[in-house]
Amino acid sequence: MTTRIYVPCDTTALSMGADDVAARLTQEAAARNIDVQIVRNGSRGLFWLEPLVEVETSTGRVAYGPVEAADVTDLADAGLFEGEQSHPLSQGLTDEIPYLKKQQRLTFSRIGITDPLSLDDYRAHGGFAGLKKALSISPQAILDEVKASGLRGRGGAAFPTAIKWQTVLDEPEGQKYIVCNADEGDSGTFADRLVMECDPYMLIEGMTIAGLAVGASQGYVYLRSEYPVAFRIFKTAIERAYDAGYLGDNITGSGRHFDLEVRLAAGAYICGEETALLESLEGKRGMVRAKPPLPAIKGLFGRPTVVNNVISLAAVPFILDKGGAAYADYGMGRSRGTLPLQLAGNVRRGGLVELAFGISLRELMEDFGGGTFSGRPLKAVQVGGPLGAYLPESQWDTPIDYEAFAAFGGVVGHGGVVMFDDTVDMGEQARFAMEFCAAESCGKCTPCRIGAVRGVEVIDRIRAGENSEANLELLSELCETMVDGSLCAMGGMTPFPVQSVIRHFPESLKG
Amino acid sequence: MHMSDKTTHANGVVSRSSAEPWTPALIQQEVDALKDKPGALLPILHAIQDRFGYIPDAAIPIIAETLRQTRADVHGVISFYHHFRTHPTGSHVVQICRAEACQALGARHLEAHVKERLAIDYHQTSRDNEITLEPVYCLGNCACGPSIRVDDDIHGRVTADKFDRLVERLTTAPLELPS
Repeated sequence: MTTRIYVPCDTTALSMGADDVAARLTQEAAARNIDVQIVRNGSRGLFWLEPLVEVETSTGRVAYGPVEAADVTDLADAGLFEGEQSHPLSQGLTDEIPYLKKQQRLTFSRIGITDPLSLDDYRAHGGFAGLKKALSISPQAILDEVKASGLRGRGGAAFPTAIKWQTVLDEPEGQKYIVCNADEGDSGTFADRLVMECDPYMLIEGMTIAGLAVGASQGYVYLRSEYPVAFRIFKTAIERAYDAGYLGDNITGSGRHFDLEVRLAAGAYICGEETALLESLEGKRGMVRAKPPLPAIKGLFGRPTVVNNVISLAAVPFILDKGGAAYADYGMGRSRGTLPLQLAGNVRRGGLVELAFGISLRELMEDFGGGTFSGRPLKAVQVGGPLGAYLPESQWDTPIDYEAFAAFGGVVGHGGVVMFDDTVDMGEQARFAMEFCAAESCGKCTPCRIGAVRGVEVIDRIRAGENSEANLELLSELCETMVDGSLCAMGGMTPFPVQSVIRHFPESLKG
Repeated sequence: MHMSDKTTHANGVVSRSSAEPWTPALIQQEVDALKDKPGALLPILHAIQDRFGYIPDAAIPIIAETLRQTRADVHGVISFYHHFRTHPTGSHVVQICRAEACQALGARHLEAHVKERLAIDYHQTSRDNEITLEPVYCLGNCACGPSIRVDDDIHGRVTADKFDRLVERLTTAPLELPS
């Protein structure tokens, strides 16, 4: 009998030595005359346990982690190949691990379970059911399901997805585009990467459905060049989807047409902004465009274009398969459905946590995250990437909800949660926000281009004790100018982390 | 570690770590293969850099002429993006993540250690021509920082010791002959 063993192949598992572990397992099994099949599955997103090795048994998959290559012989002696659970690295049945069990995985339901590139696996776990539904109903009916789901853009701006789609559908027929924003530049985020590395067909399916809904026959995925593993896997997935008739000019024999291509970005954070992204796709510098016109009316190559984040598009197959109402059942207020949260930075149990909106930040960081990696007290948490505010303890009871965060000037953004312990120098973090903006500004508008450079200088003067009071006032004014006068969120939100440090951690700015 | 198993990546895709010397004809070949794509410039620049390790100045007029753009336009695009290089690198490119999630786990200390160990700053190449050092803002490995990228491999939980061992392996690995 062949024993099936799973060793993940996502970036994080690889970064912790998964290839070596897989090789050692093969050798060890051969030495013991045990017949094994090593499956390179996606990651479960329990990153503190990576590489997480799973062994299939009659009662379910048994997990071991974090496994290093040097542990393999010991694990085999303790009965890993038989699914014995006595070894200290045994985590018991994977499905019973509380971190996983307590989640509400709608979008990430298959992730870590399947071989990312296996179409059989994808179909066996509900894949393409949404596409099948979409092919049987009208474009407006597809759109109505998305509208009923209440889905809002998961890239950060939280704009209602259905309104964007409706605008594109209502434009006269002709060349239209679906563009997937996979330029996941926010530090502390990896949900897009996981989708593309661990369940790529879900994104292909979501984009195809979007194309059917708005009448677009061409899709592009704009993927950041910092994700070489995602690029390799996704590119292969597209090829296989074409070979199997899920892409091309006759999707599953329906006569409908959708082409898809993945394009590599080139390391510019600003290209995560949708209009800069479109410029970049057109082969230009990633300069932000003034809006209007909206991309939905004049987007890629001047044509009506849907620009959605990976997670927004990846939510669509579920919505079509189970219905918009099933998705909207989750969540709170105007934040419907689930959000794949990402626990990162100085966290003991980092990883992906998909939950309905409404859980408090504190529950997330403590119950799931288990506190800091260093074991020291938690001091600040940055939610929503480099443009998000640093939150002090008084704000940790806020529920994860777009409106609740906006109420105090915070952003949920793409769902990244970066934790810092008490050794952090918050003044340095404020400086970094400006430094990052200076490096990444596209340069089109003055408040962002010049403001960020001046921001670094003023913070340096404050920290050096030069005329601190007056310079602090100058910094506050500069922040206001950037917020009010910048063309896009880059310059408009860079002050958020800075202002949060001024407000909540003023002592850190003293020289 | 998987420095020596370039050919055994998951999904069987080989990553390229060595660059070949360019000639105008070879550059033209890369440009011609992609020139008809809509918005072809970025794919062309990637193809050239992937194959030759950087984008030589001589590529600019070739690209400009083929795409019917000005040389200034092409230069402007190359210089806008951090990813594109206009000079050859050492045998390996090492990128240190400087973003917040890695900062929270000591990336600033690691950064200082790396610069001292290699005796170079960012955008420089070590004297033995082995390693070019670059900053990067996020590798998406944010739950297992600090992270670095060596060519196309990402490494997590990198300490000063782990980095030194990695460099040791990079600079002493036996040459692999192309098959």
